[in-house]
Amino acid sequence: MAGLGSPVRTLRSLVRELRYVSAQAGRPYRDTAAYRHLREAFRAHRVTSEKLCRAQHELHFQAATYLCLLRSVRQHLALHQEYHAKGERSTEEAAGLVGLKLPQQPGGKGWDS
Amino acid sequence: MWRSCQRLFCARSPQAPRLCPAPPVGGPSLSLPGTARTYTPPTERKRFYQNVSISQGEGGFEINLDHRKLKTPQAKLFTVPSEALAIAVATEWDSQQDTIKSYTMHLTTLCNTALDNPSQRNKEQIIRAAVKFLETDTVCYRVEEPAGLVELQKNEWDPMIEWAEKRYNVEIGSSTSIMGPNIPARTKDTFTSHLASYNMWALQGIEYVITQLKSLILSMGLIDRHIPVEKAVLLSRLEEEFQIQHWGNVEWAHDYDLYELRARTAAGTLFAHLCSESSTVKHKLLQD
Repeated sequence: MAGLGSPVRTLRSLVRELRYVSAQAGRPYRDTAAYRHLREAFRAHRVTSEKLCRAQHELHFQAATYLCLLRSVRQHLALHQEYHAKGERSTEEAAGLVGLKLPQQPGGKGWDS
Repeated sequence: MWRSCQRLFCARSPQAPRLCPAPPVGGPSLSLPGTARTYTPPTERKRFYQNVSISQGEGGFEINLDHRKLKTPQAKLFTVPSEALAIAVATEWDSQQDTIKSYTMHLTTLCNTALDNPSQRNKEQIIRAAVKFLETDTVCYRVEEPAGLVELQKNEWDPMIEWAEKRYNVEIGSSTSIMGPNIPARTKDTFTSHLASYNMWALQGIEYVITQLKSLILSMGLIDRHIPVEKAVLLSRLEEEFQIQHWGNVEWAHDYDLYELRARTAAGTLFAHLCSESSTVKHKLLQD
């Protein structure tokens, strides 16, 4: 069915996602255990597009799945922060949206304490 | 008091608001007249650790947040059988900035479910719940109109059903009636015995993927590495994609759901694969 694409591309995108993660943690991405593990796994299987090997395909599929996970979590979080995380506007801001201002009543509203 | 001190060893900071439903200070306020009525999202726990590392114990690999060991919600020690899975969980914890958003840590959630088993299900119950999805499988439910959607379903879903029928040597078929396809008992038995070959942890992952995609066939396609995650999610959401192409895309709803579904499906698939593989070391020796 739909192919996975080139393994080099998957590896490069994975490294980019790990760089985003490490940028938040503040440490260089080469130190992270995930990057080391990935590098060893790819080197051990020498994922190239010429050889047809079941273990290579399995590793590439796993790498592609992990890439999808990291990417989707990052994009989902970004959308959440932008659209769903800010809470409600206050009454003043809501009135300001249509150019109205709330009335100032120095004597207080009748039901306020 | 000593028991609450022992809870310091858990992955909870004593200053942070508890996760149980005691209303946090900055959270939604009560509707008293005169006080603010606007909704603010509840405050989340702050990130209380600097470093995340893994270590190997007797039961498997454990996660260390600074010097504390990670625990499950039922206070058991968090151990996973696979090193790659432990590294992935550690990366999830490491990627939290400022606050801990546990809804983004899908692998951690899956591991917690597998370790705690809060609904106390045994293997047969999980397999039965998984195979039950076949009767209402998404790719078997066809519509009769509009013609464009009928065509799309035929072109995209028929190859999946053919692949599953050929791979497992069963009959599935599709149906346009509201009762759904008629699945013969032999098909169900074949899938039951196939799923029984996976261990308990991998089964939790597989059943999670089935629940997310609402389809046993698509999940088997993922587990057997026949289709990638993006394609499986696309096939699961085929009617939604059709309507989006017709009526337009709403980013804060469609894309939001799409990425969340992709994240959960990818997490479940990765979890199932990492928990069921065991022989990567042998391959390395054989190649040399």
